[in-house]
Amino acid sequence: MNLSWSRLRAQIIKELLSILRDRRARAILIGPPLMQLFLFSFAVTLDVRNVSIAVYDRDGGRWSQELVASIGAATFVGRLVTALDAQQLQEAIERQQVLLAIDIPETFSRDVAAGRPAPLQVIADGRRANSGQVALRYVENIASNLGATIQATGSSGSGSLAIRHWFNPNLIYRWFVVPSLAGTLAMFTSLIVTALSIARERELGTFDQLLVSPTTPMEIIVAKAAPALVIGTALGMLMVGAGVFAFGIPFTGSLGLLFLTMLLFILSIVGVGLMISSICATQQQAILGAFATGVPMILMSGFATPVENMPAVLQWVAEAIPLTHFLIIVQGTFVKALPAADVAAQAWPMAVTALVTLSAATVLVRSRLQ
Amino acid sequence: MNQMNTALPAIPPAAVELNGVIKRFGKNEALRGIQGRILPGRLTGLVGPDGAGKTTLMRLMAGLMAPTEGRITVAGLDPVRDSMALPDLIGYMPQRFGLYEDLSVMENLRLYAGLRGLERRVHRDTFHRLLEFTRLGPFTTRLAGQLSGGMKQKLGLACALMATPKVLLLDEPGVGVDPVSRQDLWRMVQALTDEGMAVIWATAYLDEAERCAAVLLLNEGVLKFDGVPGELTARLQDRSFKLLNHCHDRRALLSEALHLPAVCDGVIQGNAVRVVLRTASQRDAIEAFAKKAGAELQPVAPRFEDAFIDLLGGGPGGVSAIAQKMAPVALDSGIVVECRGLTRRFGAFTATDQVSFQVRKGEIFGLLGPNGAGKSTTFKMLCGLLRPTAGVARVAGLDLRTASSQAKRQLGYMAQKFSLYGLLSVQQNLEFSAGVYGLEGALKRERIAEMVQTFQLEKRLNSAPDELPLGYKQRLALACALMHRPPVLFLDEPTSGVDPITRREFWTHINGLVRKGVTVLVTTHFMDEAEYCDRVALMYRAKLIALDTPDALKAQARTRRNQEPAMEDAFIHLIQAVDAQDAAQSKKAAA
Repeated sequence: MNLSWSRLRAQIIKELLSILRDRRARAILIGPPLMQLFLFSFAVTLDVRNVSIAVYDRDGGRWSQELVASIGAATFVGRLVTALDAQQLQEAIERQQVLLAIDIPETFSRDVAAGRPAPLQVIADGRRANSGQVALRYVENIASNLGATIQATGSSGSGSLAIRHWFNPNLIYRWFVVPSLAGTLAMFTSLIVTALSIARERELGTFDQLLVSPTTPMEIIVAKAAPALVIGTALGMLMVGAGVFAFGIPFTGSLGLLFLTMLLFILSIVGVGLMISSICATQQQAILGAFATGVPMILMSGFATPVENMPAVLQWVAEAIPLTHFLIIVQGTFVKALPAADVAAQAWPMAVTALVTLSAATVLVRSRLQ
Repeated sequence: MNQMNTALPAIPPAAVELNGVIKRFGKNEALRGIQGRILPGRLTGLVGPDGAGKTTLMRLMAGLMAPTEGRITVAGLDPVRDSMALPDLIGYMPQRFGLYEDLSVMENLRLYAGLRGLERRVHRDTFHRLLEFTRLGPFTTRLAGQLSGGMKQKLGLACALMATPKVLLLDEPGVGVDPVSRQDLWRMVQALTDEGMAVIWATAYLDEAERCAAVLLLNEGVLKFDGVPGELTARLQDRSFKLLNHCHDRRALLSEALHLPAVCDGVIQGNAVRVVLRTASQRDAIEAFAKKAGAELQPVAPRFEDAFIDLLGGGPGGVSAIAQKMAPVALDSGIVVECRGLTRRFGAFTATDQVSFQVRKGEIFGLLGPNGAGKSTTFKMLCGLLRPTAGVARVAGLDLRTASSQAKRQLGYMAQKFSLYGLLSVQQNLEFSAGVYGLEGALKRERIAEMVQTFQLEKRLNSAPDELPLGYKQRLALACALMHRPPVLFLDEPTSGVDPITRREFWTHINGLVRKGVTVLVTTHFMDEAEYCDRVALMYRAKLIALDTPDALKAQARTRRNQEPAMEDAFIHLIQAVDAQDAAQSKKAAA
């Protein structure tokens, strides 16, 4: 452990000035992530709206008409197409004109009137599996109100379930997206800021100057980590604030704990960024490196698809990604008052990642030069 | 203009006419009323220190900017108004020629031929002509990024010559080019002017000006001289002398000589000191000085550089304020820098091959060589920035790669191109350097103030280093390197592109430091600077081919025709000797 405060201070000031001296650089650091937060929180949505549905009503009786009318009136439906035969129904799905095709058998009204289970076939377009499943669920709800049973293709629906969503009873998608975006965007900013830092100095030739000076590799890494840590955490907290005040998302957990874990999270990302930077010779390589690691980290973190659905091997990989854990913390802290014990359970893997990446960066800074 | 032509039909049409050209950038006046004519069929030097306005004038002639006031005519055209027709008539090679480093030599040629709109069927002949001319034929498949500095300039020249222009503008083609490649460039330019082309060669190297048929001398945007270079140097007749065979420390002698009111400029040349008098009538003063010092006084022919310094009112004084404040260096060992069998291979390529030398305390040791000879690799291994494949490199008895922080404080390092933090101001750069070398509190403030005062940085404290003229950048880099008063100083091409006055100032500091016992290791392209060294190691093709005092190296190159060879002659002589030996050996092997 060879740290000199005066050397460290000189370098931290240098790093902060390098990032913040320029007004344009400051704007780029804060502006685009905030803009993306607002943009993505509207764009990234799993709510299914504007669905087109084709109906082939073989029955034409009272109950089938009732069903078609209530589907047509449902808010998620954009367009209702009437098919005149089974062939048309099939074509509508095949040509992707509709997401769902409903085939109502002749016996439908009779069965409903008699109080018997009334089977009904719904075909969902498997090419748009996610939206299909969600829309199918909506149709199921409508049908079960009429006492019908649905025979769904590719999905096991049961008409008589009453589903109640905890913590987000109305399933407002933004409640999930905004906190996750706060973590994701703060991560990307810190990743790029740190990935560029050593590579920039290599390109300019100032890194040689640093290496012949009395400063140690550990000081270099600490000095480069500190400003990025401050900026990344500040940005993350700013976006959390935007979630509470601009989007009105209920914040039920502990702000202090969220802040501490945010620091830890950004520190681990800074480690990854510095590791990339320490092996890159140019800023171009560093940017490509940041994207090559950043994008998979986001896709595998559970932001886009649930981690539980991944193959076991990839689930282990996901465990090593700090974002995976931070998303659980930030989502939980917003809507379900995640208890401290649960936060700690997610925090320690991030601490391990931070330790490993920062140590690796310290070693690589020196050895890469040979 | 037309009236003038009818009135004086005898004057040949000028390739370039400059009429009261003024260019302002905001409040800053880069060119202040330039008046001149550049004739076809000869080489015109656009000479001046960095920041004199050479590049601005070049860019005006190339039609890349419009003058604020005045008029320019290039090959009969107005560069701004006739910007469409201009590219066919001029070739322009900017300072850092826009070569695509990831493309091969041939691909670069093809690209520029395409950009010039050259017809495809003439490509082959044109390329053949250009490759023959530049002798780049054997390297067509090599990536431009992997060419040496000299070869890059030649390729740049080839691209600029694509359309056989009437006027060729070369902006500092000599920067970063070793003497051998430089001779090649001169030869090519000579051939072009013989064909009737007007070639304009911008340079901060005054020895290059002597070779030009005509010179436009610029300083701070003002045209100081327009004419044949010999005319300017003739004014210096009987004012240049050499002090030889003295028994003093030549650095002390120079410092004392510069102290004389009669002396306006002085440099070290090997063991001799060369001085220039303010007026020819002051010969008595220098004679008395020589007598007192026990030195032989020899009149020498004036150089263009003497004239330039004289024109600007003389060089800087001989005293370094920094060196004066420094305590004499106490180092235990007499040998400060040492390498034995130092070798570095990159894959199959050997960059440094079995290099051994020792640098004594208080010595200026120069590392010279053409581009790609292995100077930088050797230098980097000595600083601990690169691990040797074999051999050892030690500074003050330590391997700097693994040395402790305390040991590294012994070293001052000034990198090529003055690696400064461009995003930090001058003040912040100084504070960073002080901090990173562990200076604190009052000492830190005192040292920074000292540097600011010595290097006259007061007015520049808030500017970014990138906005500074090169001379100031170099001062700042030196200030940063000297902040912690290191006993060993490593300088990698410290004065490349810097004007002669700043260069003298720089060497005044170095000379002062060396007299206090500081050891200096310097790599350089500048033959003039090699003269300042106590010993010079010449590297060529990864090997150390000569190691001796400048005077001894020059003596080796003495021939009947050239009794007083310059350092450049010695350099070329030694390299050609190695080439001849290699050729003889390969012939023997073939037989």
